[in-house]
Amino acid sequence: MLLLRLIVKNAFRHRLRALLTIAGVAIALTAFGLMRTVLDAWHAGVSASSANRLVTRNAVSITQPLPIAYKSRIRQVAGVNAVAAGNWFGGVYIDEKNFFANFAVEAEDFFRLYPELIVSPAEQKAFAMDRKGAIIGRKLADRFRWRVGDAVTLRGTIFPGQWPLTIRAVYKGARPDTDETVLYLHWAYIDEVMKKTSPGRAGQTGFFMIGIDDATRAAEISRNIDAQFRNSQAETLTETEKAFQMGFVSMSEAILMAITVVSYVVIVIILAVAANTMAMSARERLGEFAVLKTLGFAGPALGGMLLAESLLLSLSGAALAMVLLPAIADAFAKNLAQYFPIFFVSPRTMVLLPAFGAAVGVLAAVAPAVRVGSVRIAEAFRRIG
Amino acid sequence: MSMTRPLIEISHLSKSYRRGDQVIPVLSDITFDIAAGEFLALIGPSGSGKSTLLNCIAGIDAVDEGSIHIGGTDITTLSEGELAVWRSRHVGFIFQFYNLIPVLTALENVELPLLLTSLSARRRQEHALAALAAVGLPDRTDHKPAQLSGGQQQRVAIARAIVADPDIIVADEPTGDLDRRSAADILALLGRLNRELGKTIVMVTHDHRAAEAAHLVRELDKGELRVAP
Ligand SMILES: Nc1ncnc2c1ncn2[C@@H]1O[C@H](COP(=O)(O)OP(=O)(O)OP(=O)(O)O)[C@@H](O)[C@H]1O
Ligand SMILES: [Mg+2]
Repeated sequence: MLLLRLIVKNAFRHRLRALLTIAGVAIALTAFGLMRTVLDAWHAGVSASSANRLVTRNAVSITQPLPIAYKSRIRQVAGVNAVAAGNWFGGVYIDEKNFFANFAVEAEDFFRLYPELIVSPAEQKAFAMDRKGAIIGRKLADRFRWRVGDAVTLRGTIFPGQWPLTIRAVYKGARPDTDETVLYLHWAYIDEVMKKTSPGRAGQTGFFMIGIDDATRAAEISRNIDAQFRNSQAETLTETEKAFQMGFVSMSEAILMAITVVSYVVIVIILAVAANTMAMSARERLGEFAVLKTLGFAGPALGGMLLAESLLLSLSGAALAMVLLPAIADAFAKNLAQYFPIFFVSPRTMVLLPAFGAAVGVLAAVAPAVRVGSVRIAEAFRRIG
Repeated sequence: MSMTRPLIEISHLSKSYRRGDQVIPVLSDITFDIAAGEFLALIGPSGSGKSTLLNCIAGIDAVDEGSIHIGGTDITTLSEGELAVWRSRHVGFIFQFYNLIPVLTALENVELPLLLTSLSARRRQEHALAALAAVGLPDRTDHKPAQLSGGQQQRVAIARAIVADPDIIVADEPTGDLDRRSAADILALLGRLNRELGKTIVMVTHDHRAAEAAHLVRELDKGELRVAP
């Protein structure tokens, strides 16, 4: 179709300029998508948290322990249906750069609390039977090529010494935002060793994970739990799992805000670049548009042609970004798994790429399209001779 | 009015430009007719308003006062949109610098005005090919303007001007950028269009040889028009 050919040929008339514009849009949208994905990754812990779970920790600080004896008292609070002790273990596999999260948990209650961690019953049983067993996420297994039965020794940081473990199970996440990079070992194993090596640290845990029946009663139940331990030597702070995760996230609220702002600034910059391209294109070809108008093409049709050119360039860039972003995010996910265990491009971000691409295309073309559409024929000819 | 009413009737046409608070009169009270089938040359010194007058007749520039009746329609009363439609049906344009679209081939350039008609793609191509054949370029259809000589480009432009079968052809210095041989060819072609297809032609020119190709020569001087000797 002639009109379409005219639009395509005009869009690519200055090949280098067109390709640079497309590349610019593609890079800008990829950067935008990557920043959004980082933000999503940051918030993943929050979105993956369940409203039916509470976390109780030491009111003074997350680094202060709680007596394990609190468990049975928490269990008795009305509305609580499960309690599992948990500890940040902080073990290192050979070298610090092999970082991955590892927790010591009370396995039986823990897996009841976290149904999104899917383990085969046989493996779960094998883990339960082995005090020195470990259960690992699928991504972690892939990263170190670990299989069930492999022996892995962690070097303790918080709990000194070498900790020989045997992989007994591999879990997979029920949801895309479930973290599959964690290693869990038995809380009882640590406690047993502590009893022998540093008895002062036995019988303690970092936090309790709590299941409740009714999410709407979370605030009330939290208050009741904390009331149990008021004026005791270790007062507690109970909050929803989400709030607990948010505590981590909000520490870096300023950074998150900065990334959000920058991600939109990038879009605005590329809009300015694209608008400049279209303005140059319109100015150079004003005489040609005047010729088309002379032949009888209406002003809005000419503006529409320029708009179509602009959209062609910006949407080509967006299409490129839709290919680039998942590939780059994948490379990110592989290399930065220790910082961002949940790192994937959300469908929402994938939809935003063409949407912002189209917005850039339209906005970049508005002023030049109006100019081209309202070109005064006689004056344009006087300029081109 | 008699039954042979002139195709173009210009009456009391005036136009001036304003530069700051200075008013520059370009055309003052011009009245004349152009009969259907006429081949008229407009001559005059540079800056005398030839292009301005031609543009007014062709409906691409606005007048200050007066009327231009063409085929019974006073085009000075038409809106911009109506004028665009009117131009596409009634006027073919030829410019000094050809003004072809550089990214399109000769054939596509000629086809362009037909996009505004209801013709099918096939019929458009047929018409465009016929127009190229009529100007003597049946074998240059796939060439881009940059691959054609000036004379050939002007032929393509003429094919584009006649492809939608307008009654009037306006040409502003159509030979101004051409060597003598090519200029003579183009003038001969315009003469043929006038004689054989009955096109009414209004041509602005500096070139007395070009003016000789016309039936009638009118001279513009200081905004006023007279029949040249
Ligand atoms: N937009 C404008 N603003 C101010 N003056 C203008 C404008 N357009 C044309 N003029 C003036 O109007 C006069 C007539 O211009 P026009 O182009 O019609 O002359 P011309 O006879 O075609 O000249 P040439 O033979 O050099 O092409 C000139 O003096 C020109 O400077
Ligand atoms: Mg002129």
